[in-house]
Amino acid sequence: MKQPNSTPTTDLMLRETASQTAGPYVHIGLALSIAGLPPRQEEIWSRMATPEADGQPIEVVGSVIDGNGDLVRDTFIEAWQADAHGEYQCDFDLEKPFNSFGRSATTVESGGEWSLTTVKPGIVNAANGKPMAPHINLAVFARGINMQLNTRMYFEDEAEANAACPILNAVESESRRRTLIARREESEDGKVRYRFDIRLRGEGETVFFDF
Amino acid sequence: MPLNKGKRFVERDRSWHPVAYTPGYKTAVARSPSQPLVSLQSPSISEVSGPDFQHLRMGSHDNDLLLNYREGKGQDGLPVGERIIMFGRVTDQFGKPVPHTLVEMWQANAGGRYRHKKDQYLAPLDPNFGGVGRCLTDEDGWYRFRTIKPGPYPWPNGINTWRPSHIHVSVMGPSVSTRLITQMYFEGDPLIPICPIVRTLNDPEAVQTMVGRLDMAHSRPMDCLAYRFDIVTRGELQTYFENV
Ligand SMILES: [Fe+3]
Repeated sequence: MKQPNSTPTTDLMLRETASQTAGPYVHIGLALSIAGLPPRQEEIWSRMATPEADGQPIEVVGSVIDGNGDLVRDTFIEAWQADAHGEYQCDFDLEKPFNSFGRSATTVESGGEWSLTTVKPGIVNAANGKPMAPHINLAVFARGINMQLNTRMYFEDEAEANAACPILNAVESESRRRTLIARREESEDGKVRYRFDIRLRGEGETVFFDF
Repeated sequence: MPLNKGKRFVERDRSWHPVAYTPGYKTAVARSPSQPLVSLQSPSISEVSGPDFQHLRMGSHDNDLLLNYREGKGQDGLPVGERIIMFGRVTDQFGKPVPHTLVEMWQANAGGRYRHKKDQYLAPLDPNFGGVGRCLTDEDGWYRFRTIKPGPYPWPNGINTWRPSHIHVSVMGPSVSTRLITQMYFEGDPLIPICPIVRTLNDPEAVQTMVGRLDMAHSRPMDCLAYRFDIVTRGELQTYFENV
């Protein structure tokens, strides 16, 4: 038998299954309506909040832009956010007025935009107990993306909270921090809308996190 | 459980997984960040929590691709192709089962054609095959699908580039930190080592984590073969001491 201390520590642990791109047909599996497939009994999609949910109803929209400046029209997006009181609602249940988890996609038909119907998230504390500014965690999957890219969307009208947010401040470059701030727009129907464009590469490249 | 307050996970080994910029897989070039990822030294609840899908209502055939497309259409045909069971166990890096987690999969039909409005490949659609499945792992982390073996298909990368037979697999795990999308390949397929997407990985051992193995013991005589595909998600670290 081998001496336990002669075994490299990595051998004491399994290696993670390796990641592969979600590919061009990710919608078949995770966004059936986009692929043109009939829905099943329940689907996970972009309406995270019903009108009954606590908090300010908002729409979040955005496009995804590649290193050539072109729209990426086949991404798949996952969102994870706290409710209006700053609590994550982990128990996914479509009968509840709010779910912390949502999915969306950019398509040719949507003009290359993804969108979420949700409420503005409340403040959640960082690991050290300091408050983090309201934010939505986003993961971007697509053909050509070998492993999902994780980012965070913050709100332009939370300047004070943003300035004090320990995670935003973990991004050293001020100009790069700005890539994480969504712009507020009023839409024609009076709804509050935030726009968050994600740039995968090159000028104005969005900050992506490892955690 | 998935609130995971104070939990941490083993750091993801980014050199084990494919990096973002992989010119052999051409689409990755314009879609890969040029700046390094910003590492969060102390992940917060936003990173270590995640959704629990035990209350997602699913159909009784959501994990049976032989039957789930014909449902509600008044059809009683079966899909063309080799009938297979795809099954395995989801554990973390310490071998701890990942129970009640959502496993989703999608695939081409036996001819290598996807039921997706964007797929224009010559191979015909199969009127009895959709190509999507989902299920929750059981108490011990096991999942199971019944389907047909997908065919290889050509795609525009090089002049004559083919994907090996593969099933796309998505697993949530206990948190958004463990979120993983991968592909299961079939043991012995000669297209595996020449696939530009497989070759986004640098380590041949990492490729082995994506290969489903023929499992005669779990095959059904006169019915279908079985392929076992175990999935390993990031290890959950135990915290023994309070951080001060
Ligand atoms: Fe594929």
